Amino acid sequence: MTSNVLVFIEQRRGKVHPASYQLLNLATQVAAQTGAQAEACIVGEGVASLADAVAAQGAKKVYIVDDPVLALYRAIPYTKALVAALDAAAAKILLVPTTFMGRDLASRVAARKRAALAIDCTEVRQDGADLIAVKPMYAGKFSGTFRLTGDRLQVVTVRSNAYSAAAPQTGARADVQSVALSLTDRDQRLKINEVTATGSGVKDVTEADIVVSGGRSLKSAENFKILYDLAAALDGAVGASRAACDAGYQPHTRQVGLTGKVVTPKLYIACGIDGAIQHLAGMRGSKVIVAINTKKEAPIFKVATYGCIADLFTLVPLLTEEFKKLKEH
Amino acid sequence: MRILTIVKQVPDSNATIKVLAEGKGIDFAGLKLVADPFDEFGIELAVQLREKRSDVSEIVALTLGGEKAGETLRIALAMGADVGVHICDPKLETKDELFNAAVIAEAMKKDAKGFDLILCGKHNIDLDAGAVGPAVAEFLDLPHVGAVTGLDVSADGKHFTARRRIEGAEEVVECDLPALLTIEKGLVEPRYPSLPNLMKAKKKPVTLLTAGDLPGVAEYAETTKFVSISAPPPKPECKFIEGEPPQMAKELVRLLRDEAKVL
Repeated sequence: MTSNVLVFIEQRRGKVHPASYQLLNLATQVAAQTGAQAEACIVGEGVASLADAVAAQGAKKVYIVDDPVLALYRAIPYTKALVAALDAAAAKILLVPTTFMGRDLASRVAARKRAALAIDCTEVRQDGADLIAVKPMYAGKFSGTFRLTGDRLQVVTVRSNAYSAAAPQTGARADVQSVALSLTDRDQRLKINEVTATGSGVKDVTEADIVVSGGRSLKSAENFKILYDLAAALDGAVGASRAACDAGYQPHTRQVGLTGKVVTPKLYIACGIDGAIQHLAGMRGSKVIVAINTKKEAPIFKVATYGCIADLFTLVPLLTEEFKKLKEH
Repeated sequence: MRILTIVKQVPDSNATIKVLAEGKGIDFAGLKLVADPFDEFGIELAVQLREKRSDVSEIVALTLGGEKAGETLRIALAMGADVGVHICDPKLETKDELFNAAVIAEAMKKDAKGFDLILCGKHNIDLDAGAVGPAVAEFLDLPHVGAVTGLDVSADGKHFTARRRIEGAEEVVECDLPALLTIEKGLVEPRYPSLPNLMKAKKKPVTLLTAGDLPGVAEYAETTKFVSISAPPPKPECKFIEGEPPQMAKELVRLLRDEAKVL
């Protein structure tokens, strides 16, 4: 086994999840410590064209598993594909973005390879042959440190924005290797019948760099429009508290919190959200948090970077205008 | 159709958790423990399937945990599971979800009748990971569907379609049983077990298993070891922005651009 670090490049319909590039940067740093190299694996249909972009982000070698049956993510075919790439790469460490796909795939791959596994890590470092991983526990109220033993493959999923991507080196070349895949009928027991985009083209909260969220004090589904306007000005996504979703103002697909989605964007703007424990659990890992609330004692201000004690119906449209001005300059 | 629901005992999400000296773990003294809320979706789903169908022969609830985890099994039994399996052995208690999944899979292999549908939460709220479901499925060579928000099992009980949410989209998948599903919030609303049902649950049979009953576990090792736990570093105090809303908006945008550098 070499000590090469393999990054799973998550893509859907040819669009690479930005966390993949953050992990390539991390892989480059980790590999440098042992004189190994950062490598990447792309799984999908018609994905060979992504190799140059992946090379530009630091991958020295790119393994491509390209097959029409891999057009959509399914756990077992993707597990087989990634395991084939791992075997070809003889990698010691596998880094995967913490996404729905990443958690699902990493768990299955790690089980198949009898690997050590840590999910949703915010920090990863080597300690001899072992890997030390730090990850949130108890809904982000604590962080746990784990030791992944070095006598086997180590699989780690890493949170979006825990590391930053390197500036792309255009023209950087990687060695590209195509990896063959043979699937049995049994591997394809599960079939995907239908895929529907939720929220018609609006970004998902787990994918956006900026999330604008609203609470019950928005008072209606219609009033969420001012948050959609703000999110549009920032190229961000709209989220909501459980109370707002339960009241029917927003679909549960947009719920941020313990029982909704956990998000870690660069910027989280909480509008009229008091900050129940269950909501804080879903967003406290955000890099910068802005809270807009009329109540100074609201718990949201305990986790906020910047606080505005103001009526959101007045302040949010003003903010949208300011951000638009900034964009024009 | 036989259904297995995997349930884990975890600290209540509203409880105040205290860390032991040197971060060796958390203090369980006086800590309120509950069935994991996501696993409860699985139990509820199993019970609803039986209420709707005539072919559900048995619902088995399984837990891996210390003696106290028996209380969680009682909740599952009071909600409607028929029998319990409690894997209770300090040697098998780890924070390594892959190892835990291997233990659960070995316990399931001991069950001669086999399971058609295996249900658990999309993740547990203590380790915030979600590896148990997919890993159990992998160890048993079963297909799995993660984060299920809708389920329709065919009349003959051999086939199902499930809905799941992925980032930015929703998918409808179909598959034959047996299979494992991890359940997302929104599919069902767990019932509160009534007092009479809690009393009845005490009479339902629970099988205790220890490491000695699961020799196959010897093939697996705890490869991810818990080292310590700590409170995240305290956030710097919130910086309140003063002034009337128009100034406030200008100042906030300036800080986000020049100080926080997130724009």
